[in-house]
Amino acid sequence: MRKLFAPLLIVTAAMFVYAPVMIAQAPYESTMLLIQKIFYFHVPSWIAMYGAIFVCGIESAIFLFRRKPSAERVASAAAELAVLFGLFGLVTGPLWGRKAWGVWWQWDARLTTSLLLELIFVGYLLVRKYGGPGSDKLAAAIGIFGMANVPFVYKSVDIWRTVHPQTSVVPLLLTSAPGMAAPFAFCAMAFILLLVLLLALRVGLEHQRAALDQLYLAEE
Amino acid sequence: MFLKVALLVLKKDFAIELKSREILYTTLFFAVSCVLIFSIAFVREGAPLEDAAAGILWLAVFFAGTLALGRTFERERYGETLRALLLAPAPRPAIYVGKLLGIVFLLAVAELLLAPMVALLFNAALFSRPLLMAGLLVMGTIGFASVGTLFAAMLVRSRTRDVMLPILLYPMTVPVIIAGVLGTSALLQTPPNEAVATMWIALLGSWNVVFVTLALWTFEPLMTE
Amino acid sequence: MIFDFDRVELADVSRDFGRRRAVSRISLSAHRGDIVGLLGPNGSGKSTLIGMLATLVAPTSGTIRYGDRPASDAGPDIRYQIGLLAHELHLYSELSARQNLTFFAQLYGLNPRDVVQAALDSAGLADRGDDDVSGFSRGMRQRLALERALLHRPRLVLLDEPFTGLDDRAVSVVADHVRRLAGGGAIVVLATHDLDLADGLVTRLAVLGGGRLISDEPAGAGLRGRYRSLVGSA
Repeated sequence: MRKLFAPLLIVTAAMFVYAPVMIAQAPYESTMLLIQKIFYFHVPSWIAMYGAIFVCGIESAIFLFRRKPSAERVASAAAELAVLFGLFGLVTGPLWGRKAWGVWWQWDARLTTSLLLELIFVGYLLVRKYGGPGSDKLAAAIGIFGMANVPFVYKSVDIWRTVHPQTSVVPLLLTSAPGMAAPFAFCAMAFILLLVLLLALRVGLEHQRAALDQLYLAEE
Repeated sequence: MFLKVALLVLKKDFAIELKSREILYTTLFFAVSCVLIFSIAFVREGAPLEDAAAGILWLAVFFAGTLALGRTFERERYGETLRALLLAPAPRPAIYVGKLLGIVFLLAVAELLLAPMVALLFNAALFSRPLLMAGLLVMGTIGFASVGTLFAAMLVRSRTRDVMLPILLYPMTVPVIIAGVLGTSALLQTPPNEAVATMWIALLGSWNVVFVTLALWTFEPLMTE
Repeated sequence: MIFDFDRVELADVSRDFGRRRAVSRISLSAHRGDIVGLLGPNGSGKSTLIGMLATLVAPTSGTIRYGDRPASDAGPDIRYQIGLLAHELHLYSELSARQNLTFFAQLYGLNPRDVVQAALDSAGLADRGDDDVSGFSRGMRQRLALERALLHRPRLVLLDEPFTGLDDRAVSVVADHVRRLAGGGAIVVLATHDLDLADGLVTRLAVLGGGRLISDEPAGAGLRGRYRSLVGSA
């Protein structure tokens, strides 16, 4: 993993530098014009968030059932990144909504689902920090349950929204204009690489902390 | 063996509760207070919001349930009896099931009081389809309690358990409250929308299957230190 | 066919809590008839070790074996042979003594009629059987908790500070009970920091300090002196 780190960093940085170019060249969407372009970063950050949630859930299960401490480190790093990318999405979403439709928040199904999952994983981080003895295991349970909950939260919030219809926020942009597919895929890739990069960094940090703990223990 | 142990735990909790009835009375009264406070808070033009009946019922169940969960496990904390239960020669998930059944029964008693109360206060025809309403309440209560019992058991030794339980439980059980409230609202329409209510009961059913299974699966590794 | 074993073995067992090593590479074995005294100052890892022997705490490294079975296999059949009297006593204070014993008897698959009255008598609580435990003194609870732990006649008896709060007469009753258990083939592991009580009761002396096993040898004369020299002034 260490060997891949530097090339990964360079590639990701390059992609993010080039991304604005691609975005500027992408066609305008008819009703929202310029503000719609926030979608090229907004949706990929959700992709990264749910990717992180998935990693967290799987690693949490490995930690709980196989008792591998390294799995717990990856899970907690993934949870942090889920919260981070989620935060990015939760900030860009209302910004988009405010400019495009005049309101900061209108309980759009996708935004609400992501907000709830953000809360679940903030809970993960809180319990890990403040939960007392055995809190790493409880956090792992939150990770597993949180991941399992994604389809349920989405479905129930979706139906909840259709009961109270408001203007729909994310029309199917990709099908509406083919020129948008390429920059979108590019940005999605960039965000996924960013997720992997940050995950590697964070897990590396945790590994070092664990190694430090081991040194302390060896002292005893 | 599994069922026997679960029922033993249930019976034991029942015996304890029978002596003082402390959790029962305090939970009931708290739930009633919740209903009243929410009714006062959600007003439109000086009168309680009639559409809020479904939401208020479920909120009262959730809030009272959280307190009941905390109190039930507080009992196991004193004397560390949870450890003794874990030491028993029974599959450990049986303890979880016993506790779960206890909470579900307690909340069921609360709902027997709350549902008529809400129906009365809001002129809401909660009982026009009693079977569906009961189905919603049962499924929703099991859903809430399944996750709540697991989290409360894990938080027994934590200093911050009182605040951590709601922090962890409420976001996780949002699908349950959505299903409960929307299902109840569907039943309150004229005529009651049975199809929608049934759909929500089915959704709750699948949620319960997934999460009870996950809880049974994770209970043992979670409770080993 | 109930699972049973002749010995309990700890091999290089450690338990970490973050940066603190509570138990450090302990190897120990105990056989039927042994009364192993775990001695050491507070914080030396006695309770953690007992927790691991009870399968409630998992070791960070090393293995614990009950006969041929490793603790990782731990299931209901191993737990059936373990009896634990811990510092916290594990009694429901809202229930009566009889109700507590009945519950635990049923939990262990025993018929309460066979064991509960005998246990109450043995604890000297026959006349207080139907009183709530909340009204008991520490000593009474201790005696009741001991009986509760032994209802199912476990092979491995783990006692963490069993003499706390007991007067002299009760102490000798409990000590006799422990000797009888060992005589009947039980493996007894007894953690205490009371040297006088350990002296004359234990057959093996395992001294812990800072999570490590400082010494493990048969008990004999001069226990107090040896302990002092090993650990420093008590």
